[in-house]
Amino acid sequence: MADPMRIRATLQGDVADVRVLMSHPMETGQRKDASGNVVPLHFIHSITAQLNGKTVFEASTTQAISRNPVFAFKVKGAKAGDKLSITWEDNKGDKRTDEITLGG
Amino acid sequence: MKRRNIVCAAALGAALGATPVAAQDTDTTTAEFEKFRAVMEEANPAELFELKGEELWRTRRGPKNASLEKCDLGLGPGVVKGAYVQTPRYFPDVGRVMDIEARVVHCMITLQGFTYEELAKQPFSTETRTPDVVSIVTFIAAQSKGMKFDAPQSNAQEREAYELGKAIFFHRAGAWDLSCASCHGADGKRIRTQQLPNFTNPQQAARGVLGWPGYRMTGGVMHTLQWRMNDCFRQQRFPEPKYVSEAITALLTYLTVNANGTVYKGPGIKR
Ligand code: HEC
Repeated sequence: MADPMRIRATLQGDVADVRVLMSHPMETGQRKDASGNVVPLHFIHSITAQLNGKTVFEASTTQAISRNPVFAFKVKGAKAGDKLSITWEDNKGDKRTDEITLGG
Repeated sequence: MKRRNIVCAAALGAALGATPVAAQDTDTTTAEFEKFRAVMEEANPAELFELKGEELWRTRRGPKNASLEKCDLGLGPGVVKGAYVQTPRYFPDVGRVMDIEARVVHCMITLQGFTYEELAKQPFSTETRTPDVVSIVTFIAAQSKGMKFDAPQSNAQEREAYELGKAIFFHRAGAWDLSCASCHGADGKRIRTQQLPNFTNPQQAARGVLGWPGYRMTGGVMHTLQWRMNDCFRQQRFPEPKYVSEAITALLTYLTVNANGTVYKGPGIKR
């Protein structure tokens, strides 16, 4: 079960400056555990952000990104009260969506 | 509102490689690392553990199906704000001084019915597992952000813990005849590229407690000061102390009291 994301957004005019922290092991498939077994590849492969249900950001990601990654992006045309939701999905089919309401 | 698009996207991946560095480059390395840390602190993954810890604090768990909301961290049952910076302290109900992690463990045992043995089995974070206690301590610590360290020295036990911590700090023993002070008792010492803080220098004393609990970028794991103490005992080639032992509480009393008056900035980032 995936843990919640931490999403922060600040509005500057109509631009929302978004920063999201994701809780994910992001295993590269190259690491070995204490008993010498390879830890299987486990990584977020796609990220989507929606503003009031409309996709405003899409990213394909790989195992080269760190554990518990941080993403920052800006969304134009946003205003207070808008709902911003972010979804990630990983190579094991695990998914997580979190939503915030943009502040004034 | 017909154009809604992304003006910029950036991924801040924390991949910190261990690159061999010549000795004279140490200060540049440190300066570069500080820049990196400053960027990371704007979105510190420690916050993820804070969130998780808050949920764990509120959720009914354990054999007794109870939450930790009645746990007394020294300021009254359930009071979390300010508790971190005011520990270690004397707890009359157990008749001894406890640091925050020792107290959380105590509450998990008494309120929730967990056993010491299960909590002490794998008490430190690994790449794949973060013990609940670590997240809970991170949550508690975050509620003291912006407050000054104020570990009390108002009764005999608290003063005794300080003296004991100080004695342990300077006690040399083991295969290499080291004490904490061998590495942390003079200015300008370092191991590889790590500058070692001198805890006997009042100007640097707070570096022992600032930024803890800390998200360690090496491995991407969250650690508390219990782990730091344990790992330093290991570096010192001492036997591994028992989890939340009195010796650790004493050392943390020594380190925290020496840092009293410094503003705590919340859970941090460590390399
Ligand atoms: C062999 C040398 C050595 C000894 C002995 C040693 N430490 Fe450390 N200590 C280190 C190193 C290396 C670090 C990590 C520094 C870094 O990562 O920047 C460290 C870090 C610390 C920190 C965290 C500092 C920070 O900047 O966050 C504390 C607190 C600490 N040690 C306390 C102790 C105590 C208490 C003892 C005695 C039980 C001790 N150390 C013994 C080498 C040592």
